Amino acid sequence: MAAGKYTVVTRTAASQAAALAALALLVIAVALPAFASRSLIQDMFFILTMLTLAQFWNLLAGYGGLVSVGQQAFVGLGAYMLFGGAILWGVNPVAGLLLSGVFALLLAIPMAFFAFRLQGAYFAIGTWVVAEVVRLSVAQWKAVGGGTGTSLPRDARDAMWGVEWIEMIFDTRASAARDILAYWLALALAVATIGGIYLFLRTKRGLALAALRDNVEAARSVGVDSARMKWLVFLVAAFGTGIAGGLIFMQNGRISPDSAFSIIDWTAFVIFIVVIGGIGTIEGPIVGVLVFFALQTLLADFGAWYLMVLGGVGIAVMLFSPGGLWGLVSGRTGIELFPIRRRLNRRD
Amino acid sequence: MIWIDTILQGILLGGLYALFALGLSLVFGIMRLVNLAHGDLIVFAAYLILVLVTLLGLGPFLAAAIAAPIMFALGFALQRLVLNRVLGTDILPPLLVTFGLSVLLQNALQEGFSADSRRIPAGWLETASVPLGPISLGVMPLMTFASAILVTLALQWLFYRTSLGRAFRATSDDPVTASLMGVKPASVFAKATGIAMIVVTIAALYLGTRANFDPTTGPARLIYAFEAVIIGGLGSLWGTLAGGIIIGVAQTVGAQINPEWQILAGHIAFLVVLLIRPRGLFPRAFD
Repeated sequence: MAAGKYTVVTRTAASQAAALAALALLVIAVALPAFASRSLIQDMFFILTMLTLAQFWNLLAGYGGLVSVGQQAFVGLGAYMLFGGAILWGVNPVAGLLLSGVFALLLAIPMAFFAFRLQGAYFAIGTWVVAEVVRLSVAQWKAVGGGTGTSLPRDARDAMWGVEWIEMIFDTRASAARDILAYWLALALAVATIGGIYLFLRTKRGLALAALRDNVEAARSVGVDSARMKWLVFLVAAFGTGIAGGLIFMQNGRISPDSAFSIIDWTAFVIFIVVIGGIGTIEGPIVGVLVFFALQTLLADFGAWYLMVLGGVGIAVMLFSPGGLWGLVSGRTGIELFPIRRRLNRRD
Repeated sequence: MIWIDTILQGILLGGLYALFALGLSLVFGIMRLVNLAHGDLIVFAAYLILVLVTLLGLGPFLAAAIAAPIMFALGFALQRLVLNRVLGTDILPPLLVTFGLSVLLQNALQEGFSADSRRIPAGWLETASVPLGPISLGVMPLMTFASAILVTLALQWLFYRTSLGRAFRATSDDPVTASLMGVKPASVFAKATGIAMIVVTIAALYLGTRANFDPTTGPARLIYAFEAVIIGGLGSLWGTLAGGIIIGVAQTVGAQINPEWQILAGHIAFLVVLLIRPRGLFPRAFD
């Protein structure tokens, strides 16, 4: 029988090695607070949250073809709902993360309704306008500080689930324990995001999405419902981005409309991370966030030069190597750490 | 009476927004390129005029006349050396390249001119006004509006009465066929961006003389410009002017109700138009 002679494989030697390495890294990452300094924990928190934002933007732009420059709307609204929940209704900030995601999702529905009327580049501007509308509206919300912003109330900070327990086992002060809690949550979020996107891409719908990425017309001709996939991707990305936003400002402890809805911090940086790393792959944002962090550390003392270098590198990558750094690596070596390609192997 | 005044001021403000938008509309109409650095290029041109005014002691209008060919050359080179390489069916590369350019320009200006807000001095014109019955209109806003109409007329003439305009329209319709007829798309695109930069210089002149600007002023201007283009309908120059006026009036009316609502009102007007007429008021192009 012909069917018995072949098997469908997605695994590669590199991916098996990568999975083992990822598992080992994960164990180290979970145990990290036991031996790492507080500043390392904070750096790791930054890397992990930026990685999460980058993965979701990559899902939107790299796979869904939805180049949004309005993701700061979800970061900002997510963050504000966490603060609003804690201040107005006494919601525990850790539980408030769910509010962040849900409200970002609720915002995504009308936003998609407007923005999907615009094609391509105009979609980008449409999302930006909606983000501006949300920022200007939130600045009118006096209960959370209006235009000047506010801090997370002291009792909400003290009540965060798990902090006391972390204080006890690591024998640290409450502020360090909160950083550890935020770090673990960021780690869980990043792992869930990468794992979730990877598993999704390996399903039938994921295959449809990858087909859309490669060629919209061809994908539609074999029955992929592109409009439905776009909605799905947009809503999922909004939910995840909202949670990440809530988490970033939970750790920060202070919020203002300008910081929560910053297009530079939550969209421009994220776009550079994805583009420099390699758009349309899961590995790309991981490489990108490491390069981004390295650049930021190296150029921290040079102020505006740092952003100029970032902009310049972004342009250069787009001009000379549109696949990004990871595209260079996998193009030369054929290595895929998160393979989604199905290969037909003959059984011997 | 206050409402008539508000609406008149809004129409005149709309002239400024139309100037921001016309360059964008021109470039989009010809090569379907959306330049996310457009607002920053306007701010860059404003600094260029400011430097000419302060270093050489020129009047702002003469300075703008000198800045215009410089900006043309910059636009030409930018299109030729960078943007032409990323044009194609995939919209991602041009978006990301111009986005990178935007961040680059903003921070270069910040490094060169600091984050302080500046203004191009325009002497007595800054405060001059003409009485019109019980209302008085500023001379600068009137000149801005007149310039917006003149630029629209000039672009209309360029498009439909000159051989360059014919090349623009032909390349816009079908670059391959146009190139068979001896038109070089690469150089047509470069000229178009150069001309758009002349419009940008005119916009910068009024941006800089009417209000303070700083290196981060660009993105907000870009949004107003885009809103005007989309409200007007893609590819329609008069539509862009109308779109600018709608944003301007919405902003002044919003500000009259509550000063904090000025910008918000403009955005909401845009979203309402998008809801009712997704393709804008006077759609030409199908994209």
